[in-house]
Amino acid sequence: MAVIFQKTRGLTDVPTHYCPGCTHGIIHRLVAECLEELGVLDDAIGVAPVGCSVMAYKYFNCDMHEAAHGRAPAVATGIKRVRPDNFVFTYQGDGDLASIGTAEIVHAAHRGEKISTIFVNNAIYGMTGGQMAPTTLVGQKTTTSPYGRDKETQGSPIRMSELLATIEGAVFVERVAVDTPANIRKAKKAIKECFQVQIDKKGFGIVEVLSTCPTNWGLTPPEALKWLQKNLMPYYPLGNFRRPEEVK
Amino acid sequence: MDERIIIAGFGGQGVMAIGQMLTYAGMIEGRKVSWLPSYGPEMRGGTANCNVIISDKPVGSPLVEEATSVIVLNKPSLDKFEGNVVKGGNLFINTSLIDRKSTRDDINVYYIPANDIATELGNPKVTNMVMLGAYLEVTKVVSIESIYEAFGKVFGETKMHLLPINKEAIERGAKLAREQIKVEA
Amino acid sequence: MSKVLMKGNEAVGAAAIAAGCRYFFGYPITPQSEVPEYLSRELPKVGGVFVQAESEVAAINMVYGAAGAGGRVLTSSSSPGIALKQEGISYLAGAELPCVIVDMMRGGPGLGSIQPSQTDYFLATRGGGNGDYRLLVLAPSDVQELVDLIMLGFDLADEYRSPVMVLGDGMIGQMMEPVEFKEDLKREAPEKPWATTGTKGQRKPNIINSLYLEAELLEEHNIHLQEKYAKMREKEVRVETYNIENADLVFAAYGTTARIVKTAISKLEEEGYKVGLIRPITLFPYPYDTFKNINPNCKGVLTVEMNAGQMIDDVKIAVEGKIPTYFYGRTGGMVPGPAEIADKAREILGGVR
Repeated sequence: MAVIFQKTRGLTDVPTHYCPGCTHGIIHRLVAECLEELGVLDDAIGVAPVGCSVMAYKYFNCDMHEAAHGRAPAVATGIKRVRPDNFVFTYQGDGDLASIGTAEIVHAAHRGEKISTIFVNNAIYGMTGGQMAPTTLVGQKTTTSPYGRDKETQGSPIRMSELLATIEGAVFVERVAVDTPANIRKAKKAIKECFQVQIDKKGFGIVEVLSTCPTNWGLTPPEALKWLQKNLMPYYPLGNFRRPEEVK
Repeated sequence: MDERIIIAGFGGQGVMAIGQMLTYAGMIEGRKVSWLPSYGPEMRGGTANCNVIISDKPVGSPLVEEATSVIVLNKPSLDKFEGNVVKGGNLFINTSLIDRKSTRDDINVYYIPANDIATELGNPKVTNMVMLGAYLEVTKVVSIESIYEAFGKVFGETKMHLLPINKEAIERGAKLAREQIKVEA
Repeated sequence: MSKVLMKGNEAVGAAAIAAGCRYFFGYPITPQSEVPEYLSRELPKVGGVFVQAESEVAAINMVYGAAGAGGRVLTSSSSPGIALKQEGISYLAGAELPCVIVDMMRGGPGLGSIQPSQTDYFLATRGGGNGDYRLLVLAPSDVQELVDLIMLGFDLADEYRSPVMVLGDGMIGQMMEPVEFKEDLKREAPEKPWATTGTKGQRKPNIINSLYLEAELLEEHNIHLQEKYAKMREKEVRVETYNIENADLVFAAYGTTARIVKTAISKLEEEGYKVGLIRPITLFPYPYDTFKNINPNCKGVLTVEMNAGQMIDDVKIAVEGKIPTYFYGRTGGMVPGPAEIADKAREILGGVR
């Protein structure tokens, strides 16, 4: 019988723990497919964060480290310096990367570490039950911003891709979303290009993926996708912020 | 032998370096040795000192409280360490920068105008070597040959071309000390 | 190999390279900055990697990554920096990763001072981070022993798959003494089949992890860790003793303080006092049994530390209330001198010679 379609070898058979409608599953698959299609899966060493994707080390079918909260880029630095010929990536959420781990991500980029980062931004802390993230929108209600995020006392949401694109060592920076089939295809293209940058030893690369959290946003999965389009996309514009050829 | 030395002065006067040379020379001669520096912000412009022990026994405390010899290159160091010389011990004073005499009458004091001699020799940087020469002449703790061997170890082989002027400084210091050594009746 | 005169901090770097360490991640802090300075100069010459991290937190997490990937890896810092590293140290212990961590202690708490101190005894021996874990803690008292213990530390780390801490202080880091690199201490690092090297499509993924969400599994993991610590207690105790069977007073001191105590002992012996010394070389495992060999009629055990009294807790555990315990310590970076230590001993001995 001819095989028309099969699951990527980049994922294990372990069922994920993600909530129904959560887009982590899509992003996992895109990452895994890219690893497989680029031929680096068997050399890949991934780093899982603390947050919803804390158990990503069970899902990716390659060697994995589970890192302390926010420290994935530092852990990946250690791995890459010992194994420069392996493919090293981190998979992090917005609390992990944009809050507790800002120093680690900024300095991994600043050193131009030859690693790739997948940054999943859903504007909320999912794992701990819907608290405010640095990427939570102004006015957005969470369990720690019950009156809506107040710009005056809690600041405006942080745009990590724009910030990282100012750093010389970050040679690939792109923001994508996984809200429609067309955007999912674009997201995969960006991830692949980002990974290729590491394979070509050009420097640090990151893809920020706008994602949903139906559970903590209090929406159905389709409503969540619409909320992402209506609210996240205007504040976090999609597009490429940095490509190797633009780096002097 | 159990020689316990404090060498003190301003940062930059080379007190650490002559301490290291003594320590190295002691090691070359098979003694037990240690070198302990003061460290921290005081190194930059403030007072710097080091403790050197050259002994036949394993070195216990590397800290020198009761010094057999104290070498001071500036006045604050004299004020601070004059009291640490054991009775009958030696105190070497750089008179170029210290305008007072020692108040102790139970120790041997040597007055060496080290900066003046170094300037005379054309290199103010060898002030410390003049003091070292005086110290070696009085105590004979290590041989002058070992000190010359230690010079290369401390300053690196690339600095060996500076050895002649340093030798000259050491000899001048030694000569001055020799003139001051009390002849026991 | 002939002797060379080396500063303690530089000797740390030289010993690490001699032990086959090729990776260093750290952050500058007085009084240990000569360690990163030395290794930034010397590691590239042997094909090694030096990274100055953005913080001690990042540095220890780089160690976690490098150790998990199978590297022989070192980090070093001083007290406030070691406090920052506790997160990563706990993860290293939990994930059972080998590495050597050097702590050149300085006065505290807080920013404290930069002068020598022994205030991290609790932190080192009780597990400064979260969770039930222990580090193998080695406490050198001179630069030669520092070299030997760094080299041994890498082997022990690999053997037990555990972080090893070498606990020194500003004095041993800054002082120079003759050292010799003993070739026979060098052993080949064992195979690390658990390390993340890429599956090459030939084995199941290796996972470096300390997360066990099921309580039963985490308890099982903890029991395994405790068995490992029990084995360390059985096999790895190292201690130097002097005259403890005949002494009227026994000192307990480690690290540089112990050598100062030795000078005090010489003074006291010249005066006719009978005194002894227990110098733990491993602080974990602690040489509790050694205290059983103390003269039963001894007037006391005098613990001397550069802190307000930390190791004395272990001394009290060791003597089981059978011998009176006394303490003498200086804090803040003040180093006790032999004279004041001898005074305290005379006070306890009350003229017994």
